[in-house]
Amino acid sequence: MRQTVELVSNQGTTADQEMDTSPLAIRGLTVTYGEKPAVFSVDMTVEPGKMTAIIGPNGAGKSTLLKAALGIVPPVSGRVQVFGRPLEAMRARIAYVPQRASIDWDFPTRVIDVVMMGLYRELGLLGRIRGHHRTVARDCLDRVGMGDFADRQIGQLSGGQQQRVFLARALAQDADLYLLDEPFAGVDAATEKAIITVLKSLRAAGKSVVVVHHDLATVADYFDNVFLINTRKVAEGPVAEAFTPETLQAAYGGRLATAQIDQLAVVQG
Amino acid sequence: MLLDALLLQLGYNATLVSVGAALLGGAAGISGTFLFLRKRALVSDAVSHATLPGVGLAFLVMVFLGGDGRNLAGLLFGSAVSAGIGLLCMNWLTRNTRLAEDAAIGAVLSVFFGFGIVLLTVIQTLGVGRQAGLEGFLLGSTAGMLLSDAMIIAGGSALALMVIILMRRPMMLVAFDPEYAAARGLPVHHIDMLMMGLVMAVTVVGLKIVGLILIVALLIIPAVTARFWTERSDRVVVIAGLAGGASAYLGAAISASAPNLPTGPIIVLVSFLLFALSLLFAPNRGVLAAVLRHQRFQRRVHLRQGLLALAQGQPIYEPLTLRLLRRAGLVRADGVATDKGRARAAKALRDEKRWELVRSDLAHEAAAALYDGLREIETVLTPDQIRDIDCRIGGPQEVPA
Amino acid sequence: MSGAEFVPLSLTPLLIGIFAAVACALPGNFLLLRRQALIGDAISHVVLPGIVVAFLLTGAIAAGPMLLGAAGAAVTAVILIEAVRRLGRIEPGAAMGVIFTTMFAGGVLLLEQTDTSTVHLDVEHALYGNLESLIWLDATGWSSLWDLEALRYLPPELPRMALTLLGVAAFIALFWRALKISTFDEGFARTLGIRTDLLGLALVIMAAIAAVAAFDAVGSIIVIAMFICPPAAARMMTNRLEAQIGWSVVFATLSAVLGYVLAGYGPLWLGAADAVSAAGMIATVSGVILAIAARFGPCRHRAGAPAGV
Repeated sequence: MRQTVELVSNQGTTADQEMDTSPLAIRGLTVTYGEKPAVFSVDMTVEPGKMTAIIGPNGAGKSTLLKAALGIVPPVSGRVQVFGRPLEAMRARIAYVPQRASIDWDFPTRVIDVVMMGLYRELGLLGRIRGHHRTVARDCLDRVGMGDFADRQIGQLSGGQQQRVFLARALAQDADLYLLDEPFAGVDAATEKAIITVLKSLRAAGKSVVVVHHDLATVADYFDNVFLINTRKVAEGPVAEAFTPETLQAAYGGRLATAQIDQLAVVQG
Repeated sequence: MLLDALLLQLGYNATLVSVGAALLGGAAGISGTFLFLRKRALVSDAVSHATLPGVGLAFLVMVFLGGDGRNLAGLLFGSAVSAGIGLLCMNWLTRNTRLAEDAAIGAVLSVFFGFGIVLLTVIQTLGVGRQAGLEGFLLGSTAGMLLSDAMIIAGGSALALMVIILMRRPMMLVAFDPEYAAARGLPVHHIDMLMMGLVMAVTVVGLKIVGLILIVALLIIPAVTARFWTERSDRVVVIAGLAGGASAYLGAAISASAPNLPTGPIIVLVSFLLFALSLLFAPNRGVLAAVLRHQRFQRRVHLRQGLLALAQGQPIYEPLTLRLLRRAGLVRADGVATDKGRARAAKALRDEKRWELVRSDLAHEAAAALYDGLREIETVLTPDQIRDIDCRIGGPQEVPA
Repeated sequence: MSGAEFVPLSLTPLLIGIFAAVACALPGNFLLLRRQALIGDAISHVVLPGIVVAFLLTGAIAAGPMLLGAAGAAVTAVILIEAVRRLGRIEPGAAMGVIFTTMFAGGVLLLEQTDTSTVHLDVEHALYGNLESLIWLDATGWSSLWDLEALRYLPPELPRMALTLLGVAAFIALFWRALKISTFDEGFARTLGIRTDLLGLALVIMAAIAAVAAFDAVGSIIVIAMFICPPAAARMMTNRLEAQIGWSVVFATLSAVLGYVLAGYGPLWLGAADAVSAAGMIATVSGVILAIAARFGPCRHRAGAPAGV
């Protein structure tokens, strides 16, 4: 238990030097819904070129942390820096994949149009769509294995396919930091495999990837770093150090059976 | 003059209008509450606009049959039929097409109303004078109200109230959680139709007094007003009924006390006044209370974050946090913690560790559920329990200066 | 019908009706997809108090101040609805219901309190407009379209409505991409740096401008009907936003033309002597088109579950 507490308290001293270079650095972030803090006084420093999972029980503020980092929900206090500069100046370098549930899937638009939305910053308000833009969008669809569905209306896709289209849109943005909110929730095995392959290729290209994740069993397989949160930050660091029975117990409390935690922690030794 | 009106001393006609209006307002407030809690408040807008073609058609039919086109009962019957058809069209559009309810409401409202206007112009061309009074249904008109008209309004309102009292439980269940109600075996669709039927009845009955454009206000505003004062659904219903009745009664009385004060608009404005007062000053959900609460809350968050930062020797970036710490005498002007500040910071950090333990201990699961980052640990655990936890943490740690 | 009769009596009201219908249908497409269809309803109700206040302040019936007053009322209503929704934590439909009925009631009360007997300002006019009266008496036939002298006496509503349509179309074209993205996925739009709040407000203001200009010519019913019916019918025809906009323009034009013709000549064919309300008939025709599209349109069913379920 002592270990966890030290993890929390040590962070502050080392974090400030990293703040200049980190793809995403959050300091003292508090977000509340009404009177209830969803995220309280959280510091987070994302390591460049790594895949980081944000983990915690339901309602622990995982998605809220991501949304506040992106300026989608307003924080009560705290500040966010992206590659050492304020968020607004660095929008072009971030790509975000929202939760599937937040979308009206009956919207009159085709798969390829959704991917083209990722080129918005490049195209601007009135820029003409040229051949190479279409090529980029097609390539991104091919990378997630959705090339054959370009002309379908998005509502006609399965949940997993919709998720892959959103990933393709993020790829089209050609960002340096990718933030994904529960991309594996409710998708089929083929989609999960396709997504993780793409994410690993992003890492190989030196990009940073942050994923809100709920499946503890795959954490060690998929990710380099974890960030455990339960309203507060519980632990942060490489999977081997921060994804331990102690930190999981601290994050999940009585909600996760002890036996299960032991089993999971054994996976990564 | 106003006092006379309020005390029903302004003569036979004004008294009729006031009493009828009060009953109508009460019935509208109550049936509107179910609609509001079901999040379908604006359905009433479609229902009320859809009455117009019925009024026109009923008039035409009664004239062709050789009767008096202005017979109120006949006109109200016609308006009820066309409102019902409008409601069915709306339901059909939302169930069988991709349109959302708001689009279906707007489509029914504008098309029925447009068709109604076409019928009104047809009636106009039949001969001047015979259509007198139909325009009154747009905005309401209480001038020249007959005893029989007032009886219809009072009787209709009373009937609607009785049905509501009988059916209040299933209707509330459906308004709160239709899926659960369906799982319990309630005929949700029929209860929804009953709710709409009541709204339709109130609309039709209210056409004469407030008109079809403003009856919507009587269905929505009292319910919204009542919501500010209580968190219990049964009380929302009662308060909405009282607010609706009171605004309608007051409005009718004010309008009777002077010329050029049309009844419908005055009733709406009175009920808006009640709403505005509730919005600002209601004890819990009111704006004033919420602003005060939020400020207090924000100060607590910043103070606690500041203390934790002090305890862990981290820099504090937020100007508001620093200002609050200084004002509380916890840091000096140069940002260094005072003795009091160090003591409070140590306590805050210690509480953090206590919470840490509480939250990882299955025995304290109930207490851990109350954790929100701000709650004092003394409010959820007994001194004995805290002492026990402190033993497990070990002695107080040193705070970096 | 010869040009000598058609141009002075029917050409201008027909054009005004078409321009008004299209100007409302264009922003209506986005309002529909944003679940804000009833903003059109709210706007058209608050135009009356805006016009009355403008009249009280200036003491005259002049187009400029009235349009300003109505636009001001529309913006005020939008801000108040938003304030009530957020401050009171009330669902948007109910917040709308509270505000627009109250403002409408205020408008009627002011109107009753004011002596407007000398001017043409009444509730009925506000509700049904007066499309039939917008005739071009100085025209003698098709040749008048090239006759500068006659063109000077065009009813001022026509250039005003044409200008409004141009403005609305330019707004949609300019912000097309941003509007599409922020309507589809607001959170994503914000991560791109699109100011979705300002864009949403601008869309509502454009809708208000269209409503106010159209209202002046054709009354408030046709305004609500045009905001909703052509886009809703267009939604049943296609799964592409670009095509949906196209269909909505076609349906709006069709409603305006058919509605105007039926109102003017329908009663004559049936043997009656007088025309019926053109605005009401245009709304009715748009409803019939919607009904047909809803019954037979190729894309009338939902694809995927509706949002929020």
